Amino acid sequence: MTGIAPVQPGVDPERYAVIDPETGAIAPGRAPSLTHRDYVSLYRWMRFLRAIDERMIVLQRQGRISFYGAATGQEAAVIGTGYVLAPGDWILPALREGGVALLRGYPFSAYVDQCFGNATDLEKGRQMPCHYGHRDVNYVTLSSNIATQLTQAVGVALAQKTTRSGGVAVGYIGDGGTSEADFHVALEFAARLHAPVVFVCQNNQWAISTGVGQQTRARSIAHKAHGYGLPGFAVDGNDVLACAEVMRHAVERARRGEGPSLIEALTYRIGAHSTSDDPTRYRDEAITEQWKQRDPIARFRRTLDHLGLWDDARDAALEAEHDARIRAEIQRAEAVGPPELETLFEDVYAEPTPLLREQQAALRRHLALS
Amino acid sequence: MTTMNIIQAIGSALGHAMETDDRVVVLGEDVGKFGGVFRATLGLIERFGAERVIDTPLSEGGIIGAAIGMALYGMRPVAEIQFADFIFPGYDQIVSEMAKLRYRSGGHFTCPVVVRTPYGGGIRGGLYHSQSPESLFAHISGLKVVIPSTPHDAKGRLLACLEQDDPVIFMEPKRVYRAARGEVPDEAYTVPLGKAATVRDGRHVTVVAYGAMVHTALEAAELAAKDGLELEVIDVRTLVPLDVDTLVASAKKTGRVVIAHEAPRTCGYGAELSATIAEGAFLWLEAPIGRVTGLDTPFPHTLEHAYLPDASRIVAAARDAMEF
Repeated sequence: MTGIAPVQPGVDPERYAVIDPETGAIAPGRAPSLTHRDYVSLYRWMRFLRAIDERMIVLQRQGRISFYGAATGQEAAVIGTGYVLAPGDWILPALREGGVALLRGYPFSAYVDQCFGNATDLEKGRQMPCHYGHRDVNYVTLSSNIATQLTQAVGVALAQKTTRSGGVAVGYIGDGGTSEADFHVALEFAARLHAPVVFVCQNNQWAISTGVGQQTRARSIAHKAHGYGLPGFAVDGNDVLACAEVMRHAVERARRGEGPSLIEALTYRIGAHSTSDDPTRYRDEAITEQWKQRDPIARFRRTLDHLGLWDDARDAALEAEHDARIRAEIQRAEAVGPPELETLFEDVYAEPTPLLREQQAALRRHLALS
Repeated sequence: MTTMNIIQAIGSALGHAMETDDRVVVLGEDVGKFGGVFRATLGLIERFGAERVIDTPLSEGGIIGAAIGMALYGMRPVAEIQFADFIFPGYDQIVSEMAKLRYRSGGHFTCPVVVRTPYGGGIRGGLYHSQSPESLFAHISGLKVVIPSTPHDAKGRLLACLEQDDPVIFMEPKRVYRAARGEVPDEAYTVPLGKAATVRDGRHVTVVAYGAMVHTALEAAELAAKDGLELEVIDVRTLVPLDVDTLVASAKKTGRVVIAHEAPRTCGYGAELSATIAEGAFLWLEAPIGRVTGLDTPFPHTLEHAYLPDASRIVAAARDAMEF
């Protein structure tokens, strides 16, 4: 391996990084086990995610979708950690991992349908935007509750272990979520039951208005792993190659039966928590400006330039391609219209109960009369 | 046929299920080597190993969360929560996750977890080993709520729960865990969910009960019969889905209904039963529907006999209905 080591108690974490923030050069001895073709792919995915987020925020501002939670500034952590997973691995996401769903083959049309909650939405318009998920890509449909997915990730991992599937479960969480009981219980269960699970904390330093310093006195989020007896890895969350490499390390470790681990990817939430808040009321946006200078996409672009893998012409073409694709999908999804009223009663149970059927009939009668 | 108590019937059901279906796993506190504090899982770890009979750390949220993950993946986990009173650290997982996964995913994920938990008073358990929180689960769409009252019912219904695809809260009446005995087939069988049972016929008053209170209602029926008052006793058996037809038919037959449960009265499941019966049998009712319930107090220790409905209170309520 390339010097990836867990954080040590009482010592500030040395965050694993690969890409020089200024030059984009790859640190000697830390070239990740990815091809140059992968590099281009990673870059394209990060750009795609940025473009989607920018467009969706606008849609929300225009009142065309109800909500949106962007991953702007966090693309390296999302795409880097998601990129190295195998098809048989399972994802139990938090709010900002929609990009991982796309990476795994969740169709972009489904992503946009979900944001509109329209008739072709796989979830039948039941959830707020950003609550993606589908069984076909082993990406468990998000709930809005915080950290509940982590103990479930342990359960998925135990099932994978019991059935000898060779798969690994990944539970994502934000920095705020590491204060929830379920985070601690999940680490306890994972370590004790030796579950092949990797917990990934995207530490974007803000839980709505609560900064990570107001959230915890722990030296780092990665340090929280120690008390439970599993390794905690700290990675530069704005370095896509470092995120991919540390993730691969943790996932392969779990796959080999060496147990669970926690990864903390330190990044920054450049935008608001969601379209319903205003960060200027609670944080110093001068610091946000500093983090904008550490933009993960610009940083990786320098790497690509450095290696001669990319240029401005290709960049412009990519932007146009994404723009056209996103616009077309929005145009299509927006025209679809809402789900049928009858879908309200589906999927509560495998079969509707007699009382549900009665309520359905009553609603139907009422609407026919009104 | 073997004479069994409810504990043995549950153990027998779990043994069958694990033998015939590799997907069935049991997890919880002390369920392995110890066989559970009430011994319902006794001997399972020897038969099926520690990977399928999992002694977990002490966290109800963790047990239910892990069970949900296993179910999402395609297993059939049976999670034991040692006492229903301790289920609340896992309540978020039950309400927000287990109950809603099918709906929120548009039916692409299912969550067939069975949560077994002993509930109810009468064992000198005080505030925290006695409660009956069934209405807190019956209120949540997406959950099924099953409460057996006999060994035969416990085995057949637990096996039925494991054959269907929805999450179930399976509440076991611990006061009669060992006291309720009966003939149970040695082989596997199922008792369908959503069907109530008329466990005693009578002309005058219908008594609706579930769990341990069914036995109290039968005792009341014996008592009342001495004075010529005939009680018909209905065992609800599954709170969700509810068998409205059986309840309404009996109410129409007798014209008088008394509902008995251990849980506090306010917003107890009796309120739902009462409203449902009134909607279905309003013109047949000769008296207000009576409720014999626990008190709207926390569950007491020394004075639990005064808190818990007993046969005499059920008989008194039936008389009130007759004399209305």
